Amino acid sequence: MDKEFFKNLTIKKAVNAIKSGDITALELTRYYLNNIKEKNGEINAYLRIFADAEEQAKKIDEKIKSGEDAGALAGIPFAIKDNILIKGKIASASSKILENYKATYDATVIKKLRDEGAVFLGAVNMDEFAMGGSTENSAFGPTKNPHDPKRVPGGSSGGSAAAVAADMALASLGSDTGGSIRQPASFCGEVGLKPTYGRISRSGLIAMASSLDQIGPITKTTEDAEIIFNIIKGEDPLDATTSLGHSVSEPQTNLKKLKIGILNYDKNAVAPEINEMIEKSIEIFKKNGHEISEVALPYLKYSLPCYYIIMPAEVSSNLARLDGVKYGLLKEGENLLEDYLKTRGAGFGKETKRRIMTGTYVLSSGYYDAFYAKAQEVRNLIKKDFENIFKEVDAIIMPTTTGPAFKLGEKIGDPIKMYLEDIFTVSANLSEVPAISIPAGFAERGGSKLPLGLQIIAPHFREDILFSLGKQFENAKIKV
Amino acid sequence: MIKTEDVEKLAKLARIEITDDEKKQFQKEIGAILDYVSELKEAPTDNSKSLTRPENMNRLREDKSPHAPGTYTKELLEGAPRSEKGFVKVKKIFE
Repeated sequence: MDKEFFKNLTIKKAVNAIKSGDITALELTRYYLNNIKEKNGEINAYLRIFADAEEQAKKIDEKIKSGEDAGALAGIPFAIKDNILIKGKIASASSKILENYKATYDATVIKKLRDEGAVFLGAVNMDEFAMGGSTENSAFGPTKNPHDPKRVPGGSSGGSAAAVAADMALASLGSDTGGSIRQPASFCGEVGLKPTYGRISRSGLIAMASSLDQIGPITKTTEDAEIIFNIIKGEDPLDATTSLGHSVSEPQTNLKKLKIGILNYDKNAVAPEINEMIEKSIEIFKKNGHEISEVALPYLKYSLPCYYIIMPAEVSSNLARLDGVKYGLLKEGENLLEDYLKTRGAGFGKETKRRIMTGTYVLSSGYYDAFYAKAQEVRNLIKKDFENIFKEVDAIIMPTTTGPAFKLGEKIGDPIKMYLEDIFTVSANLSEVPAISIPAGFAERGGSKLPLGLQIIAPHFREDILFSLGKQFENAKIKV
Repeated sequence: MIKTEDVEKLAKLARIEITDDEKKQFQKEIGAILDYVSELKEAPTDNSKSLTRPENMNRLREDKSPHAPGTYTKELLEGAPRSEKGFVKVKKIFE
């Protein structure tokens, strides 16, 4: 098989090629391992390559040889974000405090992928504990954007997006708390899906903000994202918020003729190429027979402050467990209190400390009502905004980001600037609806073609709408 | 918006030792973040203090069929920085 064959692979093509004997799972795994060897020095997407990657692939080949069903993902090589547990492997969440932490069990998503024959190549870089939008907050150095190594890949799932973009994995898993799958997917020119809250088990995901966190795929195509989603979704007794008792009704909508709302956003707050991309996207969906109307989310302007209260509050309680007692780093002091102080002082990076302390503030007595309780109320109103809009339309489209990937170092010194990156993404997490980012053209900066992303948001449990529109967009005759 | 003493108090509450440089930096940055999120105070709400969001409720399971004691002890203790005789070891809590 020539290089072109590998470069244009999708999950379906790869699985068919492996099952029909055109290539072996081992060959496919070796193709990606070679790319990692060549490119990871510069890109720094992978933190660790698993020594048993080839062994995993060989087992798939043996299964196929003996006529066993090797699964829907037979031999598909995955990159896994460093906050998702794989039994026996280190999962550090890109933090010094968990640098040597070995997982004692498989995350539910890992179990499900493994059962379908996936091969895990390695653990990929992220912002520490998934806090950030550039992967610069990793304790192990930033990941670079394969489209321009002077630029960030986005974050926090920057390693997951860069690995797929640089052909160092066929697909990857990330996690999205406020845009951490969609924004890096957009910056790296890939598809990124944040499913409905409760769709996918969080068991084995190192928690950041539990009411917002969701695992999802980063892939080359919408079809690949759909395949992985259908495998990893579902109720799980190990995550009491999965599915939440909803019985998901069979879709009634005619996916060929939808009502699509285009978000009325501030055109001056984004790069000009973003506005052009949205205009062209409207044209594409109109040509496909959909009805387009403008919609407004009155509470959208409050979504960022709301997010930056609820998220750090949950972070401050979730990360309290990292105390040098049960696992992870221990820096000893004179007494137990000093053990805590020194361990957490040495183990956490700056952004993590800042968020834990901000969360501590908004939860502390005297400030709780003004900040945390108010934010919960506003969160309900943001959710209502979406409920109201989804009475009128079947999906909403908007940009994923305000512009293409920014330069390394450009925003890291100013937390607020970095937080504003999340303006289009956090509302889907706050209201628990599914959202996808689809590659949509490029913007040129300093001689590099930098990818842009179109975001589509659908009502709860309607990922099917996202997949249908995503595929129509990818197959459209006019290109963005 | 916040004073040096506030930063010191927060760090202590959060059980994080911070350097003097960090103290200065966090005072500025956490102050700016709190100013920014204070925009939320202007958001009109209907004053319904309800925090119940039924879709987001945990479904509890029955507390039954526990695993046999000790099943995971060895494996889990391997991850603990200090252990002794099958227990996690910590410094004394009461003086």
